[in-house]
Amino acid sequence: MTVQGILFYLLATVTVLATGMAITRRNLAHAVVYLVISFFGSALLFYLLGAPLLAALEVIIYAGAIMILFLFVVMMIRLEKLETPLFPVGQMIPALVSACLFVVTGALLLTIDAPAHEAWLESAVATPSAFGRFLFTTHWLAIEIVSLLLLVALIGALHIGRERPEAKEEPAP
Amino acid sequence: MIVPYSHVIILSGILFLMGMFCTVVRRNLIMVLLGLEIMLNAAAVAFVGASLRWQLMEGQALVIFIIAVAATEVSVGLAMVVAMYRQTGSVDPEVLEGKETSG
Repeated sequence: MTVQGILFYLLATVTVLATGMAITRRNLAHAVVYLVISFFGSALLFYLLGAPLLAALEVIIYAGAIMILFLFVVMMIRLEKLETPLFPVGQMIPALVSACLFVVTGALLLTIDAPAHEAWLESAVATPSAFGRFLFTTHWLAIEIVSLLLLVALIGALHIGRERPEAKEEPAP
Repeated sequence: MIVPYSHVIILSGILFLMGMFCTVVRRNLIMVLLGLEIMLNAAAVAFVGASLRWQLMEGQALVIFIIAVAATEVSVGLAMVVAMYRQTGSVDPEVLEGKETSG
């Protein structure tokens, strides 16, 4: 096993463990911090798999922006009562059924043409400049559409999050 | 030579499963949104692995769009969670169904 292989399994273990800790926390702030560790792990994984620009974007946007947004909302909302059963039985059943379905389909897809998936990954790097040139020559229309989507989300979030003084007068339904 | 391609897919599958579990089981809208983030991240891992497997940059281009869509989804979703908290004083999705009696 090469050094890169060892690094891959190490990062995969850290990512999976941090995600597992995150989804079982009762305290939301702890869950968010564990998820930041998980996203750092996947950012390093991206770097290992030859995507340095995506690794930087993962740290900046996922770990930096999205998780801080979650942290702000967690601090803004004061929860009086925590979820008493962390895993309610009524919701375990659909989760287990869909998980079984997912595992069976995935195993089937992986075994159906195993030689195609057993190919070893050759290390290669897409440099940020080459990747940026590729993105803006081949997918420029999609980039424009995504930037429009971000603008729409900005306007939508501002509209939804705005305080309405007249709405407070009404009695709660 | 890093690892077989199937191992990347299995890692992505495990992460996706965890995100799905979090989204379906937890009774807290913030944790539901966190589960969605985990699922999108798992898809991104699979795309980067496939991009390296076939030595094409298309997979990485798709990851850029996944990150943008994740940012969009989380900003609108959290705004809706805050709006719901202002109206009902709770982030339990069952409050919306009217099942909650002690609230």
